[in-house]
Amino acid sequence: MQQILNFIIRNKAFLLYLLLFSVALLFTIQNHSYHKSKFINSANFVSGGIYDQLNTVDQYFDLKVQNENLVEENARLRNQIEAIETTTDSTFIDTTNFDGSFLFKPTRIVKNSYSASTNILLIDKGEADSIKQDFGLISPKGVIGIVDKTSDNYATIISILNTKSRISAQLKSTNHFGTLTWDGKSPEFVQLIDIPKIAPVQVGDTIVTSGRSVIFPKGILIGTIEDYKLDAAENNYEISVKLFNDMTNIEHAYIIEHLDAPEINNLLNLSNEQ
Amino acid sequence: MNNSTLLHIFRFVILVLVQVVVLNHINFLGYINPYLYILFIVLYPIKNNRLLFLLFSFLLGLTIDMFSDSGGVHAAACVSITYLRPLILKWSFGSAYEHNSIKFNTIEFGTKLLYISILTLIHHCILFLLEVFNFSEIILTLQKTLFSSIFTILLCTIVTIIFSKRSK
Repeated sequence: MQQILNFIIRNKAFLLYLLLFSVALLFTIQNHSYHKSKFINSANFVSGGIYDQLNTVDQYFDLKVQNENLVEENARLRNQIEAIETTTDSTFIDTTNFDGSFLFKPTRIVKNSYSASTNILLIDKGEADSIKQDFGLISPKGVIGIVDKTSDNYATIISILNTKSRISAQLKSTNHFGTLTWDGKSPEFVQLIDIPKIAPVQVGDTIVTSGRSVIFPKGILIGTIEDYKLDAAENNYEISVKLFNDMTNIEHAYIIEHLDAPEINNLLNLSNEQ
Repeated sequence: MNNSTLLHIFRFVILVLVQVVVLNHINFLGYINPYLYILFIVLYPIKNNRLLFLLFSFLLGLTIDMFSDSGGVHAAACVSITYLRPLILKWSFGSAYEHNSIKFNTIEFGTKLLYISILTLIHHCILFLLEVFNFSEIILTLQKTLFSSIFTILLCTIVTIIFSKRSK
């Protein structure tokens, strides 16, 4: 017993080091598995508050570009309204356009990140604005990420520039779908994998969300095909996608809530159990 | 609560703020950031309570982690260099470092640079190994380590020179 105590006292610095290092390692491993970073994240009062203050100053610097983006989007939406108004016939309801199950809420990105391999963003809406995990986040130009952790007034977003992000995407021209991943290298390009070999893939084609998950509606823009090759098994294409979004410069965004998500998930769980 | 304790608390807060508000957003060439906050560990007094020093550096790393949503990578790297610091001091200043208390603004430039460089390289190596967390991306890891280290060493040296001039 005496010897054990002596050993502990003699090596107390080393033991404390081991303990602290293991705790840090535990946090790291948790952070690398999806939806598990419980303790340490920036959606809290202190860091959220500081980033919020910083952003109120920061946003003046690229006010012009952001305004141009919004004006551009307004113009596009205006055109769409115009098109709908001219084609709508009161005696005929086109059910394919009748899609009221998504709710859009505007928000501001207060902390952007694109240089790490697991990039996480922070937005200034949280539980108080009924934001929950697995809501989608898009900018006027395309997909940004998925809500991960929420606090009262802030939420963290798993960016598409995150090596653990998986988003279902498809070719715009056909319905061949695959999974959108990121290899951690360039913030301009993401990778679309598992597109079957039979799909007609061409450089310059547009990639959109597939709507197969309950997070994003179908047809949200992602990017264009820059390059493609067959994967190691030679059954599927591995496509390099150039993003429409400049992920290094994003400010205004919309949170997407899928109103039927709980119902759909329930149904899927029921069928899986049987 | 004497003057030097206050100085260290002040230095802790300022370094964390500078790191998360300014330096984390540099992203030179896409991914190169200097990590100036390790200056707290570099400049911590040589005569110290080792356990307390370990706890402080863990706290420092964890604070940076909280702001940059990186799990515990900074904390792990920080406690590692804190634990290894006596060894590194011995390498760069010779075994005499324990007897005559070294003042950072009196030692010559070469030894100071060596000391900062060793600490920075070890810190960045652990940091990026854990951040990338994938041995098949070892080239990317080494690339990040090397380029970020150059920036950190440069910035740390400049900052120590600027601030030691004033206290002379």
